[in-house]
Amino acid sequence: MSYLDKSALKVVGTRPVRPDGVEKVIGRANFGADMVMPGMLWGKVLRSPHAHARIRSINTARAAALPGVRAVITADDFPPIASEEAFVGEGPMNFRDLSYNCIARGKVLYDGHAVAAVAATSPAIAEEALDLIAVDYEVLPHVIDVEDAMKADAPVLHDDLFTQGVDPKPTKPSNIAKRIGFNKGDIATGWKEAEVTIERRYTTQPVHQGYIEPHACVVAVGADGQCTIWSSSQGQFMVRAYCAKLLGVDIANIRAMPAEIGGGFGGKTLIYLEPLAMALSRKSGRPVKIVMNREEVFRGTGPAAGSVIEVKLGAKKDGRLVAAELLLKYQAGAFPGSPVGPGCMCAFAMYDIPHVSIVGYDVVSNRPKVAAYRAPGAPNSSFGVESCMDELARQMNIDPLHLREINAAKDGTKAAHGPTWSNIGYLETVQAAQANAHLSHKLGSNQGRGVASGFWFNIGGESSAACHINEDGTATVVEGCPDIGGSRASMAMMAAEVLGIPYERVRPIVADTASVGFSFLTGGSRVTFATGMAVTQAAEKVVVELKKRAAMIWDISPDAVDWKDGKAYPAGPNAGSFEPLSLQEIALKAGRTGGPISAEVTINAQGAGAGWATHICDVEVDSETGRVKILRYTAIQDVGRAIHPSYVEGQIQGGVTQGIGWALNEEYIYDKDGRLENPGFLDYRVPVASDLPMIDAVMLEIPNPRHPFGAKGVGEVPIVPPMAAVANAIFDATGIRMRDLPMSPPKLRAALDAEAPPPRLAAE
Amino acid sequence: MPRVSYTAPATVDDAVKALAGAAGLAKVLSGGTDLLVQLKSGRLKPDLIVDTKRIPGMIGIREEGDYFVIGAATPGVLISAHQPLEHAYPGIVEGVDLIGSQQIQGRCTIAGNLCNASPAADSVPPVIAARARAVVAGPGGRREVPVEEIVTGPGRTSLQKGEFVVEFKIPLPKPRQSDAYLRFIPRTEMDIAVVGCAVNVTLDESGACTDARVVLGAVAPTQVIVAGAAEALRGHKLDEDTLQRLDSAAQAACHPITDKRGTIEYRTKVAGVLARRAAAIAFDRAATRGATIAGAV
Repeated sequence: MSYLDKSALKVVGTRPVRPDGVEKVIGRANFGADMVMPGMLWGKVLRSPHAHARIRSINTARAAALPGVRAVITADDFPPIASEEAFVGEGPMNFRDLSYNCIARGKVLYDGHAVAAVAATSPAIAEEALDLIAVDYEVLPHVIDVEDAMKADAPVLHDDLFTQGVDPKPTKPSNIAKRIGFNKGDIATGWKEAEVTIERRYTTQPVHQGYIEPHACVVAVGADGQCTIWSSSQGQFMVRAYCAKLLGVDIANIRAMPAEIGGGFGGKTLIYLEPLAMALSRKSGRPVKIVMNREEVFRGTGPAAGSVIEVKLGAKKDGRLVAAELLLKYQAGAFPGSPVGPGCMCAFAMYDIPHVSIVGYDVVSNRPKVAAYRAPGAPNSSFGVESCMDELARQMNIDPLHLREINAAKDGTKAAHGPTWSNIGYLETVQAAQANAHLSHKLGSNQGRGVASGFWFNIGGESSAACHINEDGTATVVEGCPDIGGSRASMAMMAAEVLGIPYERVRPIVADTASVGFSFLTGGSRVTFATGMAVTQAAEKVVVELKKRAAMIWDISPDAVDWKDGKAYPAGPNAGSFEPLSLQEIALKAGRTGGPISAEVTINAQGAGAGWATHICDVEVDSETGRVKILRYTAIQDVGRAIHPSYVEGQIQGGVTQGIGWALNEEYIYDKDGRLENPGFLDYRVPVASDLPMIDAVMLEIPNPRHPFGAKGVGEVPIVPPMAAVANAIFDATGIRMRDLPMSPPKLRAALDAEAPPPRLAAE
Repeated sequence: MPRVSYTAPATVDDAVKALAGAAGLAKVLSGGTDLLVQLKSGRLKPDLIVDTKRIPGMIGIREEGDYFVIGAATPGVLISAHQPLEHAYPGIVEGVDLIGSQQIQGRCTIAGNLCNASPAADSVPPVIAARARAVVAGPGGRREVPVEEIVTGPGRTSLQKGEFVVEFKIPLPKPRQSDAYLRFIPRTEMDIAVVGCAVNVTLDESGACTDARVVLGAVAPTQVIVAGAAEALRGHKLDEDTLQRLDSAAQAACHPITDKRGTIEYRTKVAGVLARRAAAIAFDRAATRGATIAGAV
């Protein structure tokens, strides 16, 4: 069935209170660190103080002998795993690398890399035990910067890493894991046709996802080997699969329970602590709890990749793009697997360009392994391309939105990375920006306005959901995707709409791995689309059953029953004359009409609609301090159908906020020895609430016909345009082009001074 | 297992005895907003913590003769709420107000901010600019020192074993005297000063400066009294030339380092900017204040 007609909807599109709201507001919701068990031990992790070093030996004897210590583990407690690539979450994952990232084997590859862990009867004893572990390191030369890591004489992290994708195959190992390329048309022809060209280089810094909840877990391995894991993650099935692989146990012997999650943004699509706690629990015979502190989160868990972006654009004099070239160098961190692929594919997705050539490099260096972060890869390349589009527009004296309008990809456009678009709403976002009242607001001195666009694929994938009708006519919706942004509310709303009952009579839960069918993790902006599709189908199956039961009670054919507003009606005069039967009445008689009424659906959802966005940003620059104030921000996005508009707005506002942090202040600062100098929120500067205006989220509803309600993923594309939008606004305000992120006050002041030396002081 | 002893004496003498008699490292606890963080992070492992909040007089603000007297354990919220002090030294209140968050304000103190000895402490520059004195109790009795003599370097003070700050004495302001404090941070709150600047000025009836003290934070190992500032301002109204001379004097007083919070060059330039901007506010406040003695309202 389709519910694409918005005017017929009663629940979808409204803004009810979220089912998990009260517990979160009063502080009672159970997050990863809230779980406790009788007899539980406390685990702590010893981390490398070196960016790159060989582990000559680890002596754990003194730690193990400390009273209260029950287990000490190193890499020796884990089975060696063969290299095996899997595509999970939002990026590639190699199981061997994942194991090695969770606990160092032979070498440490970054400051903060775990080398050992202990479990003890109190956190203080565990802490003390860490000091008693003696690790003998041979410190090796290290490399932090992506281009330094690509040099021929750079210290090599992995002596078995040979660049993939180059011909001939290299004979020497290097830090370049992979070279990839995408081509459309003939780039040489494109440059011949181009009447105007522009070539620029941009850089971005790695940024952390900045979730408020640090990683935390409790793991209990029973005497029979049965294992239960409580943890905060973006996917309990992901936790189960990885732990099974890393510890060498059967999946059926692990039950993973999803805790409430205090933010993930992609950073909790992999594991760090669970295998360590599992090994400690197995060794000690007791449940083990490990909670990271903030410093560990910064030193040990994945940021988004930093990058170098070289862009070349060619256009006709009327502004039509004819050629585009892109070179990307992405930091992967200590192991291969940066999101350079999506970076390549997203960069020009908004535009219809006949000749395109894209090359990307995946490069390892002595930093934490990167993890997915909202639209992984896209913000980097888009910062370059969308800044360069602005530079081209200004060079050609074309309005930046008009330049995007005349080059916009439409239904039928073939993208540089292959697909031919259908049902896309990019041009609509540009036109909505052109019509937005924001543009008519006058700017003052030192103020400027910038625009930028963005694209993200969004995915579907495997999801399971069940819908159970309870005896009193309420419904329980069971799903398998952790609720990271209000998805439980959306699931309940879609089920309520299908069942025709009030939202308040549907209770959604996120179930553990033994209580619902397999569900791929929460990522790729897929849950409202894919799991929402499973929930809708489960509710539809229930409606079929409800009609059957009504038909049985009335003794007519099920085809002669209509379902409307939560009641069964005879389909027409020929069906007979009966009083409507409510869901509640049918539920009450379920035992006598064939038993409980419920349905479970497992699907691999196809047809996710891509996300498109155009943003407008106004800034004011304090030219004496270099500080940028965001005055006004409008984010326009094709959202398909906003199931719960408040949570769609929340996703847009959150993504923009993180993008502004990425633009202005967030960066990792390493000292000369490769140690992280700012592992905390004091000196790693995410925006605070008072830094930002209310972000105006404009939702364009261009329904996705492949989803029953028309939903498209909304969570990721909002982080794509902000960096360029801010940079373009700063240029508009100052005439200074900032091509290297972050555009922090010292850098902007230095750039302003370089452009216009200050007058000599009167006193000199 | 690591252990730490805690005591909360009821008199200054008992606190001095506890501090002086401690076998290992002894730390004074007033608000604890720095100390507890350092304990938790493991950066500091004291053997004894002496909580001073139970000593009568340690919390509260009173006027005594020609001075405001601020007890060393007086939290930020009480300082901000004290109207006579706020009227007399709005710059001091601005500095105190900038320490941490609303929650931290319920505990943080000027004494703690001072004795933690960070060059970036926000409450310290305006207190030094007001020519405040610290009353220090110790085994040898009490002594009074200018506040600027307490901090000797990052994390280091001139306090001897057994000594702690009991209270601050801040002279009641003269007619047409006022102050201002500004700090620069990349964000709007919840951050630590890249540069801080307090300006305290006294004007004559024509609006020309008769006395001035300009103090910078986060541009040197300790807070810096800008030597050339008084000279730049005294005898002048706040015209463009005067502002430029003040800017130069402030920049000349800087001896910053390049670290994760800012470069030498950037900090030096911003010190000049903040000096000008804080001076404009202080001059304006002093002029509009007229001849009333601020503390007496």
